[in-house]
Amino acid sequence: MAEWNPWTQLEQMRRELDRAIDGFTRRTEPFARVAFLPGRAARQYPMINLHDSGDAIKIEALAPGLDPESLEVSVVRNTLRIAGEKRRLMADIQPEAFHRRERATGKFVRTIELPTEIDANKVSADYTNGLLVITLPKEEQARPKQIAVKVE
Amino acid sequence: MVERTVAVPESQQLEASTEGTRTQERYITPPVDIYEMPESLVVTADVPGVSQEDLEIRVDNNVLTIQGRAKHAVTDESTYREYELVNVFRQFELTDTVDQSKISADLKHGVLTLVLPKAEAAKPRQIPVRVS
Repeated sequence: MAEWNPWTQLEQMRRELDRAIDGFTRRTEPFARVAFLPGRAARQYPMINLHDSGDAIKIEALAPGLDPESLEVSVVRNTLRIAGEKRRLMADIQPEAFHRRERATGKFVRTIELPTEIDANKVSADYTNGLLVITLPKEEQARPKQIAVKVE
Repeated sequence: MVERTVAVPESQQLEASTEGTRTQERYITPPVDIYEMPESLVVTADVPGVSQEDLEIRVDNNVLTIQGRAKHAVTDESTYREYELVNVFRQFELTDTVDQSKISADLKHGVLTLVLPKAEAAKPRQIPVRVS
């Protein structure tokens, strides 16, 4: 018979809690995931999806209503930095003229550490329909290479 | 303006029933700003990922409906994922003060701006005071 160990018990409890919390967040989808308001969202802004095609990494960031002039995308080695500003509406609107005010505004900056080295000269960014797509070609050494297997 | 909460748009329900096996589509309520100008009401909504073709705005029976299909710009499977794009749907009830035939819409950088001009009767009017 196994000896009673309080740490194993604790570990088990922790895992069960984790599972419960996990289940909860999944159930509240999509609302848990679609907070695209800077400032109000309790997470980093903008939220990103990352796609790795082997030769390049593509990042799609959810950022509606940005001022394209204020957008700054820069890459240093394997770190990507996105900075910009979501502008207020016209500044001359009186606060009492608002019936509803749900959209948040403000400046933001986010740095993302990428899993590989990036060829910084070939990075391109495109902003359409409120989605910022950044294409980051990998450095030559970081690309996957096919190695032929010889059979004798 | 009064917001009407409708869980699933009626037209969508009809579409879904013809397909039978498909589950109802998911929608989110896009965040909006509504403010009043002397001659109009302005509604701005964040609708990221919705292109002009996929956005439908209609006024029917005094109800303004914003409905859009959101699409990812990168359609390949994500390695790392923080969000999912969900279609948008929101309805507002209009009062008589809005001239429904003159509503204009503009979509820019994922932000929809609707201008709802006020009807002639609802516009502010200056009444000159005569001194006799």
